[in-house]
Amino acid sequence: MPQNYVPIFIFLLIAFLIGAGTVLVASLIRPNNPDKVKLMPYECGIDPVDSARKRYTVRFYIVAILFVVFDVETVFLFPWAVQFKLLGLFGFVEMMVFLGILIVGYIWIWKKGALEWI
Amino acid sequence: MLETVLFLIFAAICVGGAINLLAQKHPISSALSLIVVMGSLAMVYLLLGAEFVAAVQIIIYAGAIMVLFVFVIMLLNAGEEERSATGSRVAMVLGVPGLLAAAVTTGWVLTRHGPASTPVVLGEFHGSAHAIGRLLFHEFLLPFEVTSVLILVAIMGAVVLARRGE
Repeated sequence: MPQNYVPIFIFLLIAFLIGAGTVLVASLIRPNNPDKVKLMPYECGIDPVDSARKRYTVRFYIVAILFVVFDVETVFLFPWAVQFKLLGLFGFVEMMVFLGILIVGYIWIWKKGALEWI
Repeated sequence: MLETVLFLIFAAICVGGAINLLAQKHPISSALSLIVVMGSLAMVYLLLGAEFVAAVQIIIYAGAIMVLFVFVIMLLNAGEEERSATGSRVAMVLGVPGLLAAAVTTGWVLTRHGPASTPVVLGEFHGSAHAIGRLLFHEFLLPFEVTSVLILVAIMGAVVLARRGE
């Protein structure tokens, strides 16, 4: 079975080498003389007024929780997608019922205004 | 042979990431190390032949669970941890006895039971995504559909709890 994944492992290795190699070569050949202005966070030329390490607004909480919930849904899509041809129309209808119930929840949170920012 | 080499590589990355997790002072650095541990664990599962478990490891652990971890760190605005020079008193009192107990237990298990006569063969795990899909969409069809209602309840619970104050 792992033999089927050899291309993926080779892909991972090459991706790692490109990433590590770029950083390594760049650190070897670039001049290194940082100063205070150069190390400042760049935001369209406007000087930052405060630290970026602030407490995050709790509004992100609802986005994070909803992401987690819909992420769990994805897990069920995976075995279905693998078996899609074998399951045929019956499997398709099953999954549409599953997704339909969740889309009801999605429409509910949308109407409820939970995805609005303010 | 190839499997053993790959297993050793990813096991080493996993243990290295775990040690780095403990060594880092900033919680965000520890969380990123944890993603390395989760990712390399997924590769170990993949080597075992458990593709579905590997995919779930990535989707749920490296995805959802890590979002919660990072979110809690950012919401609390947890800064760099302060470590006293003397270390934790609990670790001082329980460290050596705990280590001894762990070593004795491991030794006891190894001498008593020994290595298994039929070692785990990499790539011979009977729980492929195909098998799980077959089970989920035939035998366990009703539990699967009821799961969607469970997720729906989780969605509504999250929204109701988060927006209670308004």
